[in-house]
Amino acid sequence: MTNSINEIPNVKAMFVIGSNPTEAHPVIGTKMKQALAKGAKLIVADPRCINLAEDADVWLRLRPGTDIALINGIMNIILANGWENKEFIAERTEGFEKVREAVKEYTPEVVSKVTGVPVEQLEEAARIYATAERSSIFYTLGITEHTCGTDNVMSLANLAMLTGNIGKESSGVNPMRGQNNVQGACDMGALPNVYPGYQQVASPEVRAKFEAAWGVPLDPNPGFMIPDMFGAAVSKDLRALYVLGEDPVITDADANHVRKGLEALDFLVVQEIFLSETAKLADVVLPGASYAEKTGTFTNTERRVQMVNQAIKPIGNAKTDGEIICELATRMGYPFNYESSADVMEEISKLAPQFAGITHERLGTQGLQWPVPHAEHPGTKFLHEGKFNRGKGLFMAIENQLPAELPDEEYPFLLNTGRKLSHYNVFTQHSPSLGIHSPEELAEVNPSDAKKLGIEDGEVVQVASRRGELKTKVKVTDRVPEGMVFMTLHYFDSPTNVLTNGAYDKVTKTYEYKVCGVKISKVS
Amino acid sequence: MEWLTLTIDGREVSVPKGTTVLDACRMNNIPIPTLCHAPELTSAGACRLCVVQIEGMRNLPPSCVTQAAQGMKVETQNPKVRQARKIILELLVANHPLDCMTCQKMGDCSLAEYAYDYGVTGEVYQGEKRCLPIDDSNPFILRDPNKCILCGKCIKACTEIQGKSILDFSFRGFDTQVGPAFNLPYKESDCDFCGSCVSVCPVGALTEKQMVGKGRPWEVSKVQTTCPFCGVGCNFDLNVKDGKVIGVTSNPEAPVNGKALCVKGRFGMDMIYSDNRVTTPLIRKNGELVPADWDEALDLVASKLGEIKKTYGPNSIAALSSAHCTNEENYLMQKFMRAVIGTNNVDHCART
Repeated sequence: MTNSINEIPNVKAMFVIGSNPTEAHPVIGTKMKQALAKGAKLIVADPRCINLAEDADVWLRLRPGTDIALINGIMNIILANGWENKEFIAERTEGFEKVREAVKEYTPEVVSKVTGVPVEQLEEAARIYATAERSSIFYTLGITEHTCGTDNVMSLANLAMLTGNIGKESSGVNPMRGQNNVQGACDMGALPNVYPGYQQVASPEVRAKFEAAWGVPLDPNPGFMIPDMFGAAVSKDLRALYVLGEDPVITDADANHVRKGLEALDFLVVQEIFLSETAKLADVVLPGASYAEKTGTFTNTERRVQMVNQAIKPIGNAKTDGEIICELATRMGYPFNYESSADVMEEISKLAPQFAGITHERLGTQGLQWPVPHAEHPGTKFLHEGKFNRGKGLFMAIENQLPAELPDEEYPFLLNTGRKLSHYNVFTQHSPSLGIHSPEELAEVNPSDAKKLGIEDGEVVQVASRRGELKTKVKVTDRVPEGMVFMTLHYFDSPTNVLTNGAYDKVTKTYEYKVCGVKISKVS
Repeated sequence: MEWLTLTIDGREVSVPKGTTVLDACRMNNIPIPTLCHAPELTSAGACRLCVVQIEGMRNLPPSCVTQAAQGMKVETQNPKVRQARKIILELLVANHPLDCMTCQKMGDCSLAEYAYDYGVTGEVYQGEKRCLPIDDSNPFILRDPNKCILCGKCIKACTEIQGKSILDFSFRGFDTQVGPAFNLPYKESDCDFCGSCVSVCPVGALTEKQMVGKGRPWEVSKVQTTCPFCGVGCNFDLNVKDGKVIGVTSNPEAPVNGKALCVKGRFGMDMIYSDNRVTTPLIRKNGELVPADWDEALDLVASKLGEIKKTYGPNSIAALSSAHCTNEENYLMQKFMRAVIGTNNVDHCART
């Protein structure tokens, strides 16, 4: 997030797109409700009637996969009304003319036709976002989990720059990161193209710095991204995989392909706290420790690095994950000698400039928001004040693009996926109380579709795509539009990702979890 | 900022303009009892336990809704003030079950604390007692309306913090209760089970069901930590007794969330003790995963990875790191792959 979570109650206009905060980021959802109570305006763009849609001043019920058209259309209206921030565009950005040219074709009428959103709602959304004193965009995976995910994000950046709604308190572009430490895993360089602190593997100077620090020559070529790995396993270019705390058989798109990849490996090691579906395929399972059993840090979506403090010893014969990795490294001839996780953080702070001023001691009970460039720095509440990382913000002309697979005659329903409040990915299934509270998948189907299919609320149906099939209970609700079925990714018994499409974004290789074609049939 | 000077119990103190008398006292470590007040909620002035005497004022004003003024003379502990508070406590206790020895809140109950301080025994006013059913409809929150003192904090937390407005007062007079609309059980209402109501309840009316019978507050150590579920990064306290986590309670100092949490963070910690935990290394032998000791498992992994690296090169090995694990563990994992194995084949679910 460019802003902080506690800046949300002071936002004047919130544009929530492809995000369901009251369920997927509940406490952020409450902060948004606090902003509403203080008079903020709310625009929600989502095909589903999410909880916040009920509180919205404008709910843009767009067709899935038409986000770029929607955003270009809003920019078209802003420009037609002269609501753009000319001073910001002139001083802080470049490339604006290309965008002005590109959005000319996205007239309200054209956009309404593409997105299904009425013209007057587009105009109202544009007016609210562009004319409020402090507007903020909030997005999540409904923006990124598309084959055009990167372009979706750049479109939102265009919109923010067009109106100067970035680089200010309570005003910015705020992707809400999914998992507890997905931000931190990225920051730490658990990515195939960057070292800790987003320093490029391909840069000779950066590589020299890490070679000096670690005392070994390093590979100059970026490695495999996740989707590449399973294909490489099938083709035998990849022989061994070491999976730490992840269950790709359930959580990755086109799960049957993932399983095939894992089964083709010569050697699979899974380090996990539960006997996950992926662990069941492993040659060796190493028992790790839960958050309560170890000390370290997580970095949240607002870049706040916070302490995780050990409360109990690892359960049974388990070990902390750090300890296991250190023991393996040592056994492979490269001793990892760290006395504690605080020692590891000390090494990180020497190598990643954003973390230079971070120590466990300084984090204390309040944490610090990176960048923290030196030991006295108080942390950074919001980003891009006065200047972007690259200097001037670069406008990018973006055209609308269709999802890789849309419904057709054979698979007439559009499957949309997401999270629900009572669970988090797959591992809350291991909480007995949450399991009792919310025990099974309830695929949402529109009442008119249910009638056509002859299915009733609570009935078990079969859902199939080109890639796989499953059985699930149905919840008949007009929260989903006609032609759409919505499922979560939480349940082992209805593993939604056997259905989803493995097509991915060309830059980030993020799967298109949000759109694919499925058919629904009665189970006799 | 404009500052005001006032005298509290003979002590001269300075506070910023706009401060209430209650906050002026608390800023200066002068104790005032409260039942309906919480710093993150609007003041109700409902319980009247925070009354003080202010020179020139006819009655005893509640300090939580009285603004401090220049030159004000406040007394917080004189006999008149203490007697007024005692009567309020006597009235509350008159209709409160005195099963403190088995009450989950014992040791952390504001009513019990003040009753002790003011010598309230429950003998002064004898009358009808409530005998209402306990709401045991869900796995998370136990609601005992007989213990409710009608302070209204849960209502305000649900409305002002959560924006949900599930709770409110219903019925009138002696029959007044707090609960969801139509007095439905929590489970049948639109409650999300965030538990904010539990976190502000000053008595045993709302308690964490999972913690009932598991430990007393004085037996529990609290360890502040960061939630392992979504990316918001809420902090809370793990409640630990005898080396076991028995529950989660809010930590008001949590930088992102204060006392607010969601159902997963507050109640999902029982996954730590799931029967599905792997608690010993497993090695596949004859197609089955069987228990092994650490040396055998680690030696096997080290030798297999070494062998594959030697035969097929370092880029034939890859790792998925974890968005659930700590920064330090992710750092170690990518260092292991890059410096020990010799490949950049490390990724994680960064985009899901």
